[in-house]
Amino acid sequence: MATSWTPDQPIVQCVDVRKSFGALEVLKGISLSVRKGEVICIIGPSGSGKSTLIRCINALQPISSGSIQIEGIEVTDPRLDKLALRRKVGMVFQQYNLFPHKTALQNVMMAPIHVLRQNRAEVEARARALLAKVRLAGKEDSYPGELSGGQQQRVAIARSLAMRPDIMLFDEVTAALDPETVKEVLVTIRELAEDGMTCILVTHEMNFAREVADHVYFTDRGVIVEHGPPDTLFTAAKDQRTQRFLSQVL
Amino acid sequence: MNDAERGHRLAVLLPYRLAPPRMTVRISPPSAAILCFCAIMAASTAWAQSGPAMLSPLQVILKWSPLLLWGFGFNILISLLSMVLGTIAGVGLGLALLSEFRPLAAASWLITQFFRNAPWLVLLFFVMFLVPFQVTLFKTTIPLPDWIKATVGFALPVMANVAEVVRGAVRSIPSTQWEAAESLSFTPRQTMWLIMLPQCIKRMLPPWMNVYALVTMSTVLASIVGVSEMLTLTAQVHAAEGGRPELFAPLYGFALLCFFLYCYPINLWTARLERRYRVR
Repeated sequence: MATSWTPDQPIVQCVDVRKSFGALEVLKGISLSVRKGEVICIIGPSGSGKSTLIRCINALQPISSGSIQIEGIEVTDPRLDKLALRRKVGMVFQQYNLFPHKTALQNVMMAPIHVLRQNRAEVEARARALLAKVRLAGKEDSYPGELSGGQQQRVAIARSLAMRPDIMLFDEVTAALDPETVKEVLVTIRELAEDGMTCILVTHEMNFAREVADHVYFTDRGVIVEHGPPDTLFTAAKDQRTQRFLSQVL
Repeated sequence: MNDAERGHRLAVLLPYRLAPPRMTVRISPPSAAILCFCAIMAASTAWAQSGPAMLSPLQVILKWSPLLLWGFGFNILISLLSMVLGTIAGVGLGLALLSEFRPLAAASWLITQFFRNAPWLVLLFFVMFLVPFQVTLFKTTIPLPDWIKATVGFALPVMANVAEVVRGAVRSIPSTQWEAAESLSFTPRQTMWLIMLPQCIKRMLPPWMNVYALVTMSTVLASIVGVSEMLTLTAQVHAAEGGRPELFAPLYGFALLCFFLYCYPINLWTARLERRYRVR
């Protein structure tokens, strides 16, 4: 199946994804598809299952039923090589989750060296270039504890990019940041999107979603209520729940 | 007008600094030494009434101190070796405790609990009497002296305590570190060795040193099973000096002093490390 995928097919395809934690059903049949190079934003009230969905895409959590395919690889396949899947999918978390005992440069270099077993010198050159790209040149030898939240989050983005993923997942990456550092992270993500990276963002930054997304999904209580291009969704939402949510946050 | 005067007249409020809480009772090693010395000297008054032919307690201690200190060196050797053995085994056991393979985790849990909750002296007796005094491997006979067996006996509880220290430290690392490592395709083993354990070392150091101080103090238990360590030698010296009752306190006081001077700095250092690593 994996070999049958071609770049003109959706790179991520979710069909009727359901996920329960005990008796609580968090995802109640989510279907969405993302094409290569597309940027999609998932918005919605807290607890609507947005974060759970993208964690399922990365196989960090198993789904209860339905199907998720990444480049034609079925995530629910019990014989799935999770490590191979995660090499295609980078993920950035709300709490950065940098490794505190390693410098910024080492954080970026670790996975390519130990997981991909690439040449150290080549990885280092790439890591330095990536840190420069996220505007952190000069911070290579700083430890995460010495960096601001926004800087740490940009190191986390560089760390994911060092694995050369095909898809990037962003899980509320600006939610824990000070307002003044939110912008520098968003600029980094926008540049990434402009370079043609496929991005799935869970976000509360509505203006950013409107600006950067090709397609916006509004979720509430585990279902996709409405989706469409940002201009349509943000100005002419059809569903009442979407309208109410947008009137609260915009 | 000099600087000091100027400083005096224009008094400025110095920045307010919170004094670190002092929870430990601080006795500096020199004053502790003086205390022990006083105890020894007090006992000497008893000697003053006896005949002049006998040596004073201080002279007895001086006379025998090379032997007694040699015995103390033995205590330290046993403690160090059992710590090395116990730490190696304990890290292995601690990792097994964290294993995702249930039977292994359950078995190591049982072993850990068994050795943590057994009296050290009983474990020591078991090892002393269950392990033969020599082993024959490929026709070479390796003798197992008592002190080696005692070392193994102490290594067992050390192993269990270190295992618990490792388990606690790894568990104390936020689970988000596992997720970050997972999403970067690290295998569980790589995550443990490259990401978890290096972060744990700082957290493990104070409790680990605590275990060491406990082992050092427990090495005197080896005297019960006949190892020639300091306590055994102290008793022998006492007997050799005719078992004079007024020598009892000074001789054992000397042993106490040696252990105190060795263990107390370790405890001070542990407390300092604990304080430093608490602030993250």
